[in-house]
Amino acid sequence: MVDLNLSINTELAREILTGFVKSEVTRVGMSRAIVGLSGGLDSALSCALAVEALGAENVLAVRMPYKASSKDSLVHAQLLIDQLGIPNKTIEITDMVEPLFKLDPKISDMRKGNIMARERMIILFDQSEVFKGLVIGTSNKTEILLGYSTIYGDSASAMNPIGDLYKTQVRQLSRAMNIPEPIIDKAPSADLWEDQTDEKELGFTYEEVDKLLYLLVDQRYSPQEAVEAGFDEAFVKTVTTRIRRNQFKRMQPPIAKVSNRTVGYDFLYLRDWGT
Amino acid sequence: MVEWDSLENCCRLRSTEGSNPSLPAQNPKGLKDLWGFYYGKIRSMKLNLALAQINTKLGDVEANLAKHLDYIKQAKSEKTDLLVFPELSLTGYVLQDLVASAAHKPMEDDPIFKHLLKASHDLDLVVGFVDEDSRHRFYIASAYLSGGKLVHVHHKVYLPTYGLFDEGRFFAWGDKVRAFDTRFGRVGMLICEDFWHASPPYLLWLDGADLMLFSSASPGRGLNDNEKLESARWVERVNKAYASMFTSFVAHANRVGYEDGLHFWGGATIFDPNGEELAHGPYNEEGLAFSELDLNQLRRTRARLPLLRDERTNLVQNELNRILSRG
Repeated sequence: MVDLNLSINTELAREILTGFVKSEVTRVGMSRAIVGLSGGLDSALSCALAVEALGAENVLAVRMPYKASSKDSLVHAQLLIDQLGIPNKTIEITDMVEPLFKLDPKISDMRKGNIMARERMIILFDQSEVFKGLVIGTSNKTEILLGYSTIYGDSASAMNPIGDLYKTQVRQLSRAMNIPEPIIDKAPSADLWEDQTDEKELGFTYEEVDKLLYLLVDQRYSPQEAVEAGFDEAFVKTVTTRIRRNQFKRMQPPIAKVSNRTVGYDFLYLRDWGT
Repeated sequence: MVEWDSLENCCRLRSTEGSNPSLPAQNPKGLKDLWGFYYGKIRSMKLNLALAQINTKLGDVEANLAKHLDYIKQAKSEKTDLLVFPELSLTGYVLQDLVASAAHKPMEDDPIFKHLLKASHDLDLVVGFVDEDSRHRFYIASAYLSGGKLVHVHHKVYLPTYGLFDEGRFFAWGDKVRAFDTRFGRVGMLICEDFWHASPPYLLWLDGADLMLFSSASPGRGLNDNEKLESARWVERVNKAYASMFTSFVAHANRVGYEDGLHFWGGATIFDPNGEELAHGPYNEEGLAFSELDLNQLRRTRARLPLLRDERTNLVQNELNRILSRG
């Protein structure tokens, strides 16, 4: 296996990412942000970066448990809230999603998971209006590439400071930013049902897949070159297939072009246009 | 202010016999190998150079002009002779469909440039802008302004259109790399990708530039466990290399701030003809980097290391002709 070092200069990462949050929030005339705090690592890091960028009083943490959510999730989120000293709200989603679940007795866990992720999105964007803050994204590069997310659910945000960091880099930066140990040490989970863990569901560890993604994406290795570098062929195939099939989650839906100038094709402006 | 002796006489060395005749071949009038002569005749030639690493508002030229005038005022109070702004400093970088509306002409009747030309009575200026020619082609451009006049415009000759860059889609390609005379000697300007290629700095060197002014809007990329981003390391490495290989002053002004997810890293640098760093602006922060350039260093370095004198331009020309005529 090739020797791969994915470690990052955390001081530099911190400076760039907090600068990004501050710039993107303040340039639209706002000063506040809002983060859905799951109790997991990604949202903890996004929240800590937002606090460093904007100040504790300007970041609202929202916990949105479901009745089956792990009790640890609330506790861990509280650890971070206490450490950062930030305003927070807890809005339970059980009463909102259960009526929808009951409409179909055969509803699958995956459908339930997607509904919960989208319910949380609705709450965050609603609270965004109440708190006058922008929603900070919490998806990391690993899950964005693998499509391990709910489109218009947990993937929805106004900006994402951690979307170009692999999960193992999220861990490294989280340590440098003193995220509470229990959050860093526990098994990553979407916490959509009991005993769910990311690595069990994906079938491989973040440590393994981050290295493969780094070669395929950052270093532009072909799948064959990745196999020659020491990765199992079936694993490489699984991952490359996932990347390709989930491209739709990484894009705005295509618009059928009929006019001379079409949003997305030849009507091209950055979001930061004029700011 | 600079005390002007003749840079022609003191700093440029003759090309080798039989070299490209376009190379400047001065006659060092009456130079004698006497220490007393040098002490007596060669006056101190200093240039107070400042590099502005600013953030910009995307497409808002008036707001960016106001920031330029603020920085000019500040630089003037620090007795700056020449102030260099980054690439597209008047417009912002990822302009896309804003290109046409952000374009200006570096002329006195232009509502933006009239202020900059006026300011150039106090100190020389290099500003980044979108230049529109008479047939409505748009260029990424740098203008050198001095004494209320436009001295030179450079149009970016290499438009990166790969990876995260899409300049070739929106801009016309410049087709000239020319040095030009200023009150501080002969100068060359390049814009970002221009100096990622070795040929434009080389051409400026042969065309007589002793001071190279580079400007960028360089998006940061390549975060690893190194102290600096890969993009910053690369740019600093080649700037230092050009200063060393061309025994010239090389200054680089890069912008800061964000445009969507792109981050511009700043870190302005000035290298002397020995390749030594004279100034280094901070990363990721707006500010001015200053250095007093001792232009006599050109002479001292080139007396020790006559790379310019020995450059075999005819050989280069012959081999280029052969290579380019193949097939």
